[in-house]
Amino acid sequence: MRLSVALDGAGWHPAAWREPGARPAELFTAAYWTDVVAEAERGLLDFVTIEDGLSLQSSYRGRPDSRTDQVRGRLDAVLVAARVAPVTRHIGLVPVVVVTHTEPFHVSKAIATLDYVSSGRAGVQVRVSARPDEAAHFGRRAIPPLDLRDRADPAVQQLITELFAEAADYVEVIRRLWDSWEDDAEIRDPATGRFVDRGKLHYVKFTGDHFSVKGPSITPRPPQGQPVVTALGHAAAAYRLIGQAADVGFVTPHDPAQARAVVAEIQAAHAEAGRGPETINVVADLVVFLAPDAPAAAARKARLDELAGREYTSDAAVFTGTPAQLASVLQEWQQAGLSGFRLRPGGIPADLQAITRGLVPELQRRGVFRTSYDAGPLRGRLGLSRPANRYAASGRS
Amino acid sequence: MARPLKQIHLAAHFPGVNNTTVWSDPRSGSHIEFASFAHLARTAERAKFDFLFLAEGLRLREQNGEIYDLDVVGRPDTFTVLAALAAVTSRLGLAGTINSTFNEPYEVARQFASLDHLSGGRAAWNVVTSWDAFTGENFRRGGFLPQEARYSRARTFLETTWELFDSWRGDEIVADQASGAFLADPEAGQFAHADAHFDISGRFNVPRSPQGRPVIFQAGDSDEGREFAAASADAIFSRHGTLTDGQAFYADVKGRLARHGRRRDQLLILPAATFVLGDTDAEARDLAREVRFQQVSGQTAIAFAEQLWNRDLSGYDPDGPLPDIDPDPGENTIARGRASVRMYRDPLATAAQWRAQAEAGKLSIRELIIEVTGRQTFVGAPATVAEAINHLVQSDASDGFILVPHITPGGLDEFADTVVPLLQERGVFRSDYEGSTLREHLGLAPLPAGQAVREVAS
Repeated sequence: MRLSVALDGAGWHPAAWREPGARPAELFTAAYWTDVVAEAERGLLDFVTIEDGLSLQSSYRGRPDSRTDQVRGRLDAVLVAARVAPVTRHIGLVPVVVVTHTEPFHVSKAIATLDYVSSGRAGVQVRVSARPDEAAHFGRRAIPPLDLRDRADPAVQQLITELFAEAADYVEVIRRLWDSWEDDAEIRDPATGRFVDRGKLHYVKFTGDHFSVKGPSITPRPPQGQPVVTALGHAAAAYRLIGQAADVGFVTPHDPAQARAVVAEIQAAHAEAGRGPETINVVADLVVFLAPDAPAAAARKARLDELAGREYTSDAAVFTGTPAQLASVLQEWQQAGLSGFRLRPGGIPADLQAITRGLVPELQRRGVFRTSYDAGPLRGRLGLSRPANRYAASGRS
Repeated sequence: MARPLKQIHLAAHFPGVNNTTVWSDPRSGSHIEFASFAHLARTAERAKFDFLFLAEGLRLREQNGEIYDLDVVGRPDTFTVLAALAAVTSRLGLAGTINSTFNEPYEVARQFASLDHLSGGRAAWNVVTSWDAFTGENFRRGGFLPQEARYSRARTFLETTWELFDSWRGDEIVADQASGAFLADPEAGQFAHADAHFDISGRFNVPRSPQGRPVIFQAGDSDEGREFAAASADAIFSRHGTLTDGQAFYADVKGRLARHGRRRDQLLILPAATFVLGDTDAEARDLAREVRFQQVSGQTAIAFAEQLWNRDLSGYDPDGPLPDIDPDPGENTIARGRASVRMYRDPLATAAQWRAQAEAGKLSIRELIIEVTGRQTFVGAPATVAEAINHLVQSDASDGFILVPHITPGGLDEFADTVVPLLQERGVFRSDYEGSTLREHLGLAPLPAGQAVREVAS
């Protein structure tokens, strides 16, 4: 079973920062992130994702709020991952990157560099932004204030189509740039005075509606060849992107039947894209509130809801109970064709420690989770081989 | 009354993507593996240097329409590798060169603010500009910026990021678990900026970092660049490393500060400098000559000559005489993606001068190129080099140096072990860090808290 955690501030519940043991004043320090990722690594998890966004957190969609009772502010997730990389050894590091306003050239080399500084443990979670306030932070395009839940609205459909088409182009470009150096391009040949064999450096020559990128990357091909590309999806456009371009798709079914349906939809998109036998991991997200006994877990969540002033809801299913109960749910859901789970701890450290020190030993007892890390890159842990370079066979370009 | 000795500032430049960096030497290691960056950073920190410096290049250089293959090629992403280096060092400043043309203020501001948080106040930003459509081919905007607009964009880019950094004063996060107040200010991070280059508004999402903002470096040498530095920078990465040149540059730039309401100690002048050490001065001179031959291979010499002649000279023998034809006076199209090409303002005159020099010294193309390009700044035994550095600083030719080793990653080790102790003995270089932030290392006063540009409801 693949198992990872999604890290966001003090946890996913808006009142998590008020829990005993939380470190709300340290959310912007290296020490906090180092400790949290080290705890995930103690639990032998496949990887952590690190949330990010180009706006202040808000209780509204698409505009800031004026709340002062929730965590506001976050550090750049790629840099948090890079800061943690040298002080961890095994766990995968998967920062969120917003593709709508950033440069594929910069992000490609940033993730390649994360792969170098982590010796092959890098991934990226690509995210589109339909938020008008994020667009206003860049001032280069206007995104209209729409209710994205109204899928019948043609303007919503048009925006979603455009954003996901751009995201697909973006992933294509970062992947081409990762391949724009062949692995053996550096030759250091004193006889001819050449440091590189330029026949093994390739222009990526991408032309699209939102950007054109010539290449090659300034960064050599990263250790994994292709770092792991992931995305979270809730609907058809995202499932298509995952099927076409990602290695891991995070989805939010609320029961095994929904899980089965979304796995089928992503696998169909994967097959349609003609990606061959390459693995696509469909991973379900769950928000978890854990305690040694079920009433205590429920009481914990109730206490957090009380502090927040409302009941917590999420796009993902919310689980409240014991680590053993959670283990049973995960095993049952996995039968729907899921490769594994990404757990969103309701509160850190409580729920993260319940995962690493409660759930993981339980899954190990049941024989469905590793008891030590294997050496090797993140890709291998996800059933992905080191891919051939798309340009290597084509010779000079 | 004799004035007190100035304290020297020293920094380490990771060996660059150019011919100064020798890759053919058996001691030359990887230019991309993190271990190489960690090695140089740890050496610099062991030697109590102020900071580590990374240059930038956003497109692989080309010559004759093909990727230039004679120098080291390839480098990591600046922000990412600096954030990782923050994990293996604890005091060393971390300076990155980041372009104001192919980035946006909101993103760069949050990257630098994040780096400053993650390093405990050690971030620095060398602000550079580009305008060439060649580099633009890798970015959304393409080659959108006329050359004359690049400094105006750089200036307003920098001002805009300062507004973003200052949109958090530094006292907003109270994180009081008992009362439930995370923020003291419901409008923290609010900003609005509109000018010819940027029209942006909203809320900045990184709280104020330990230094308030990164230390600002500027590297341009033109009148506009100097004025930009005098107005806005904390330090200049200059190329004037000799006594006369250095003193002239130093006097010029420091003299501009008063017009901007700034004191002379608010802007440090730090030239780049190369060095070769030996047990004796004579041995160092021999080594320096060997290094120059490593840096300028026959192929490299021809490539350099082509950049001036603006012609294909691949048929010439590098060990033979200079071409007798004149440079092509048209637009220089032979080399792209390097700044040095634009230094030859009058190619015909430069070629005539090179020919005269070659004839007088009976020099081949390769020997001539070795003479006219990139001679080492400091050559000698450790005591000689320490004396030279100290003399230049005390003579106001600089406030210190950004040292560029020619070997990756061990090229600074000997300097750290032999020259630094001599400077420490003379009392002109720190024996240990006194502060924890880069601003403190550089002797810069802490910034005042952010200036809220908005009405704050109290």
